[in-house]
Amino acid sequence: MQSLKGVKVVEFAAFAAGPAVGKHLADHGATVVHIESRVRLDGFRAHYPPYKDNIHGLNRSGLFALCNNDKLDITLNLKKAPQATELAKKIVAWSDVVIENFSPGTMARLGLDYQSLKQIKPDLVMLSSSNLGQSGPHAHHAGFGSQLSSLAGFTHLTGYPDGSPQILYGPYIDYIAVAYGAVAILAALDYKRRTGKGNYIDTAQYETGLQYLAPILLDYKVNGKVAGRNANRDPYASPHGAYPCKGDDHWCVLSVHSESEWKVLCSVMGNPDWTGDTKFSSHESRKANEDDLDRRIGEWTIGFTAQEVMEKLQSAGVRAGIVNTMKDVYSDPQLAQRPQWVELEHPEIGRMHYQRPPFLLTKTPPGPSKRDPLLAENNEYFYRELLGLSEQEYSQLIEAEIIY
Amino acid sequence: MASTDRYAGLLSPYRVLDLSNELGFLCGKILGDLGADVIKIEPPGGDPARRLGPFYGDQPDPQKSLFWFGFNNNKRGITLNLESAKGRELFSRLVAKADFVVETFTPGYLDSLNLGYTALSKINPRLVLISITPFGQTGPYSKFKASDIEIMALSGCMSLTGDPDRPPLRVTFPQSYGWTGSYAAMGALIAHTYREQTGEGQQVDVSAQACLLWAFSHAHTFWDLNRHVEKRAGSFMTGRSITGAKMRVFWPCQDGYLNFIIYGGEAGRRTNQALVEWMDSKGTAPDFLKQKDWKTFDIAQVGQEEIDRMEEPIADFFKGVTKAEFFKEVVKRQMLGYPVASVKEIFADPQHEARSFWQTIEHPELQTSIDYPGGFAKFSDGACRIWRRAPLIGEHNQEIYGQELGMSPAQIAELQKQGVI
Repeated sequence: MQSLKGVKVVEFAAFAAGPAVGKHLADHGATVVHIESRVRLDGFRAHYPPYKDNIHGLNRSGLFALCNNDKLDITLNLKKAPQATELAKKIVAWSDVVIENFSPGTMARLGLDYQSLKQIKPDLVMLSSSNLGQSGPHAHHAGFGSQLSSLAGFTHLTGYPDGSPQILYGPYIDYIAVAYGAVAILAALDYKRRTGKGNYIDTAQYETGLQYLAPILLDYKVNGKVAGRNANRDPYASPHGAYPCKGDDHWCVLSVHSESEWKVLCSVMGNPDWTGDTKFSSHESRKANEDDLDRRIGEWTIGFTAQEVMEKLQSAGVRAGIVNTMKDVYSDPQLAQRPQWVELEHPEIGRMHYQRPPFLLTKTPPGPSKRDPLLAENNEYFYRELLGLSEQEYSQLIEAEIIY
Repeated sequence: MASTDRYAGLLSPYRVLDLSNELGFLCGKILGDLGADVIKIEPPGGDPARRLGPFYGDQPDPQKSLFWFGFNNNKRGITLNLESAKGRELFSRLVAKADFVVETFTPGYLDSLNLGYTALSKINPRLVLISITPFGQTGPYSKFKASDIEIMALSGCMSLTGDPDRPPLRVTFPQSYGWTGSYAAMGALIAHTYREQTGEGQQVDVSAQACLLWAFSHAHTFWDLNRHVEKRAGSFMTGRSITGAKMRVFWPCQDGYLNFIIYGGEAGRRTNQALVEWMDSKGTAPDFLKQKDWKTFDIAQVGQEEIDRMEEPIADFFKGVTKAEFFKEVVKRQMLGYPVASVKEIFADPQHEARSFWQTIEHPELQTSIDYPGGFAKFSDGACRIWRRAPLIGEHNQEIYGQELGMSPAQIAELQKQGVI
């Protein structure tokens, strides 16, 4: 039995911040229903590459696939009030958990805010995940993680001290909020089991991101220091960085955290003369001559593959690793061993690698076990069998373009 | 703050024993934020991570680490030497009454002390053991040592950050510890859910490398679907157009940088339109931008030449704008985009004050109080916040060994003498 078997989740959600929470619940056996509509498609289906073979199609999105395995996909055009609203409420009454990540205020405009839903499902657990939270002067400002990661300080901490901030690829902060959102739902379900009480959960992605930066927030408050970006440098380790290796744009990283580790590194490098220089004889002196140090380390690493550097140093007890590329993560022997990916066949994408949770449970192995659903794929099964609509009700709702 | 305050949290019936180093600190803290009774167990003399800065008053003192303060609040603290027989016995007594144990030792270490999952589950079959390591409990890298930069490298994150002609980069303030601790908390509660239904605990094997796969979102799917490798692109965003066009993300402004990206979709089109209107109100919107039909603008199809042409006047416009002005306008005009904020600007953001995000925590030992980032979520029925500051070394030895395990002051003193606590 999987941990969350029997838990019913409904998503009024799109992109990553809401659906990735549902994905984590689905991986452990929850029944998760992803609601969208032809008039309001999940943005990943609509305009967010990659699409298989670079050809856009509603069922060809890699990112939709990544965030929606093991779910049911149904369509419901919420713009068709009041009938659509009634149907949405019926779905909520069937569920245990609602996840939504619309702009704050949207669910209320649709008549589907927590206060309204609580009337029909008193012990409902509902998560609203938004950029800046449901309250406060900026609450109504909607946005995406790719910009919010800057407001929350992350990009200010990335890059060279004298250069531009750098991006953390995509909506970095969204997936921080995803972890916290799932934690919050699981805690609320536990509380409900014990007390019978539901919960409304308001997560601001902004606030969840700041959890990761607590020490430097305190440093400003206490010491007046404003943390900045300093490339790969670290105050407690030297050398500490990425170094070139054999091959085209291949890199390794290594870091030395004590004098004994420094001696081991020198010995693995064959104790070249320069390592005896007083410029490198202590952590402080290495920090003072770090550009020179990095250059010399790089002159050593370039003679080997990243794999070789990692193995030489790790077997001697010094921290080192390969800078894996986006291709390498599929063949990395450690990830392959867990295994981190589950290959499933998708009718339009073909073989797709779906992502397993980053934690393995020894007694209740997680999914993914089913590919992500096509648009509207589960309408009939969900509305007829799970929700119990009659054939006539179901066809009328289709005809009225409410199930659309 | 009264010791019973945490009962307002959703997880207040549960106890967590936290043996972790910095890779796992946040896991216990999150459970503590939700009200769980978390006991941080440090080796006698204190956890080595207390040497990580920054420090209160810049004084490198293990009792003044802000790194420790930030990630170990909501925990009580005891010292215990697991390598002594008496220490193991005391630990076993604590395990018998615990719901979770969080640990970050090299795989095999706890087994060597006869405190691995098999042994602990005999003491307490309900126990959920959360084992957090850089790479997981088994596999070719399972015994590798790693700090933040090695985790960021092997997870692939660094391949996406940095300039194309310079080395891959990590984020200067370590990120992997946060990602790992928070995803570990999710794993802990999933195992907990199963335990509450069946009475059966289990081991949760958390890999930091695997946690960080989520940090760069979906970049790897470009390889999976189309055999294209996304790479570091400095200040630019890639992967939003099927033509391969890249969009500028960071724009120099009067007092720093702005984050603004030419986007598609409904929000992107609205943003582009609003920016042109804003530029036009200052007389700086060129005709070709004003004449653009945003309703048909499709970011997924747009080419580099068109992007470059659009970005040039925008860059000129942003040079004259301040961060505060930009923030005000994006909020007012409902545009996507934010200033690149530092911690100083984060503290100044009125949103946090309005949401009572900052929490003032007393530090009587320093005769001060400090504003902390508060709870990670707001619950309608239950609190999520900081209940207590991080513990001093062995601060709760008396409470746990004396009051709870019933040891006399003389017995506790003897254990101290023997180096057990």
